[in-house]
Amino acid sequence: MLSYLRRNASLLIGIALLGIIALFIIVGTFTVDTGNAQPLSVPALQPPSWDYPFGTDRQGRDLLAVMVAGTPLTLWVGFVAGIIGVGVGAILAFTAAYYGGIVDTIIRSIADIGLTIPGLLVLIIIAVSLKGSLTVNQMAIVVASLAWLNPTRTIRSQVLTLRQRGYVEIARLNGMSGPEIILRELMPNLLPYLSATLVTSISGAILASVGLEFLGLGPIDSPTLGMTLYWVQFNAAIINGWWWWWTAPLVMILLVFLGLFFLTVGLDEIANPRLRRAA
Amino acid sequence: MTPLLELRDVTKTFGTGILGRERKAALERFSFAIDPDRPRVTAVVGESGSGKTTLARLLLGLILPTAGQVLFRGKDLHGLNAAGRREFRHHVQAIFQDPYEVYNPFYRVDHVLTTPVRKFRLAQSKSEGHARIEEALRAVGLQPGEILGRYPHQLSGGQRQRIMVARALLLRPRLIVADEPVSMVDASLRATILGSLRKLHEELGISILYITHDLATAYQVADSILVLYRATVAEAGDVEPVVQSPQHPYTQLLIGSIPRVSTVRDWAAEPVQGERDSIATGCRFADRCPSVMPRCRTAVPPLFQTAPNRAAACFLYDSAPALPAGKVAAVLAAVQAKEPSAAV
Amino acid sequence: MSNAAPVLRVEGLRVAYAHARGAVRAVDDVSFSLRPHERFGLAGESGSGKSTMALAILRMIKPPGRIEGGEVWLDDTPLSKLPPDAIRRLRLAGIAMVPQGSMNSLNPVVRIRDQIGDALADHGTKLPRRALAARVRDLLVDVGLPPETGDKYPHELSGGMKQRACIAIAICLRPKVIIADEPTSALDVVVQRQVMETLGRVQMELGAAVILIGHDMGLMAQFVDRLGIMYAGRLVEEAPIRDIITAPRHPYTQLLIESLPSLEKKGGLRGIPGLAPLLRDLPPGCAFHPRCPNAEARCRVEKPSVRTMGTDATVACHFA
Repeated sequence: MLSYLRRNASLLIGIALLGIIALFIIVGTFTVDTGNAQPLSVPALQPPSWDYPFGTDRQGRDLLAVMVAGTPLTLWVGFVAGIIGVGVGAILAFTAAYYGGIVDTIIRSIADIGLTIPGLLVLIIIAVSLKGSLTVNQMAIVVASLAWLNPTRTIRSQVLTLRQRGYVEIARLNGMSGPEIILRELMPNLLPYLSATLVTSISGAILASVGLEFLGLGPIDSPTLGMTLYWVQFNAAIINGWWWWWTAPLVMILLVFLGLFFLTVGLDEIANPRLRRAA
Repeated sequence: MTPLLELRDVTKTFGTGILGRERKAALERFSFAIDPDRPRVTAVVGESGSGKTTLARLLLGLILPTAGQVLFRGKDLHGLNAAGRREFRHHVQAIFQDPYEVYNPFYRVDHVLTTPVRKFRLAQSKSEGHARIEEALRAVGLQPGEILGRYPHQLSGGQRQRIMVARALLLRPRLIVADEPVSMVDASLRATILGSLRKLHEELGISILYITHDLATAYQVADSILVLYRATVAEAGDVEPVVQSPQHPYTQLLIGSIPRVSTVRDWAAEPVQGERDSIATGCRFADRCPSVMPRCRTAVPPLFQTAPNRAAACFLYDSAPALPAGKVAAVLAAVQAKEPSAAV
Repeated sequence: MSNAAPVLRVEGLRVAYAHARGAVRAVDDVSFSLRPHERFGLAGESGSGKSTMALAILRMIKPPGRIEGGEVWLDDTPLSKLPPDAIRRLRLAGIAMVPQGSMNSLNPVVRIRDQIGDALADHGTKLPRRALAARVRDLLVDVGLPPETGDKYPHELSGGMKQRACIAIAICLRPKVIIADEPTSALDVVVQRQVMETLGRVQMELGAAVILIGHDMGLMAQFVDRLGIMYAGRLVEEAPIRDIITAPRHPYTQLLIESLPSLEKKGGLRGIPGLAPLLRDLPPGCAFHPRCPNAEARCRVEKPSVRTMGTDATVACHFA
């Protein structure tokens, strides 16, 4: 395992970056008072100093506390939406690809139509029409509502390539039923691909949620990364020269995306059958 | 006597072209039956496009016929209930061509042996199942210790194919459909694997349908032979007379095109006319046949029974009685029974 | 067969692949020569090293493979001394290859006539358009294809036609040596006969020599003049085809011929017991000894050297 990590640099970098973020969150939760992530906790608009390493914002939030409290919230939205997206997508994909015929046509058409509609637009409409402000969990569901579309298509293609394999025919000759074949024969071979898709889905979900929050359509009271950027924009922090306010969340978002990106590339390498056989 | 497995006037067409408009027949009005009481080794020989793979898949119930019926013990295969289907799967098994594809790379090779034991309840306990698996492996010349616990990519093509024969042995089916079982295996191993198949037939009374393009191995391993050309039967019967004195011009061309290991070099002597894609009426071989007659282009020749144990679908033999469709089995049955075939 | 100087000479060729657990010798000290107009067969099963041999002659071995030693001469030119540019020019013009799975090595989005045209242009043939078109047409007719074939795409042709198109590409620069690596293994037996007839005819018209690599002994018997048998990377026997069939010397050759199913008489099916050894895990001494009916203590320890028998045969066995 360790020797493989040395060969797969992307995977290593991805795990390392995400590990750093995880460490930051864990250590932060124990050392920083996350209560200070709420407004009016500390003096406002302080540049970074010993007391406030990341500075403070206009509403009196300690930005370090905001990062420690908000990053896991943003990640949480990503995970939930990503997992729901890939979970639903996988079920639909396997069903469509294995059974073919009218079932496949229906599922495929719905996914195709869904993919042509601009996702962010739909999300904005949904978010706006939900009265009152959203909680983080509701945010996740909103993003998940569209997150299954792409995975359905891509996983379906992968299953289609496997469906004609000799071992699937042998499984039929063994008297296995459709669901049994999907579960026992097809799924295990797709685990690496599903993992890669999951990570991509999580990235996409985080991006969508940050986007919505930046527009002010997210959970107003939560110190998520996207909401922080909303406040940055609302208060014209860039023009006013409060550079520490927007640097922290941007760097964190960058690290999250880089980590997820390298992880995807690394997992893709595992999913590639050519490399797998050689390993 | 109800045949174990029967194809009754089966036609299978596939759509090609845009929207599947043009239909191409892979198998046409094909009738064939497996006798449950007299197991035999039958070879189905044909080149690509002859319909032999389609035949295998129809027999195994992997595809549906476009017309006609596939019957298992007299009942429509595709109308069976779950119990009937399980019985079918137990008694009709297959060995496929590609020893790489039939293994799920995620599992060890034990998986292809333990799954049927489990699904068909071939053993009462885990140890009994294990014992049966080891016995089957040894029967095909493999050492369980070298095979079990390995992943497919760690074994050679020949070993993998032999494991497939062991798998068939475990199930003790009544019929094994072997679709090109040795074409992807080295020449020196072919005889061993075909020998195991032949042994299965002789010792356990299993009928074997050996589908191949290799006439030489078909001749060595089979009792009866069916020669397919472009979705129809060109010639059928006892393997000895059909190979030694072929009657249908296509069979003659086929046998003449096989390069022999001999110091006589008569092989690539004259150029041979190739196949043209015409979807003509009449005999399928008419555009390449050296003995073609005018009527060959307008009517499809039926199978003429030229002897108790053979038939050829060619107007050259129209003095012989024509077999009604569905009675191909009659000329193939005569082999084992060694008695004059029942009146046609 | 004239006693003219050989057109291709391979001497002591050794090719190895770097592997995690040590080097794997795919071609082990192989020597043979090819006379002008001669048809030489190289037979062996999978893992015998025959395809690697073809690539090595054309100097197309890529890492982790490496030519460790030996030399290949085309006429009088030693190929290892040539700079990469010269080698590139030599491929197709001096030695042409019809590779295994040729049918899949045709570019699916380029018309046949352009693929031939590209091959000609790559080697510096500067012809005006009309002359080029005429040359392509002539080549197609030479291999027995109708001239319209040039306008078609590969998927519009049958397997046999694609293979003949590949032969057309191989002969377009009139090479001295044509290496055909399993040219007909995916084709039906009747089509195979057509393709081999074509290959034989163009070879004679060009006056070229052919190396036919394959595993079908019947095909070898009917096509080649001399045959070399490869086992575990070594050339274990080499002789005129007539002698190989009537009096094979090496036990592997004998067993191989016996294991071929005959069309003359129904007899027992006989295989060669055991398995071909993995190149990375060769038995000590003679690589064939675990499967050899004549093996003795000496064979387990000492690798037999290649000995010349008579004027035109070689064998690598202690007891031949």
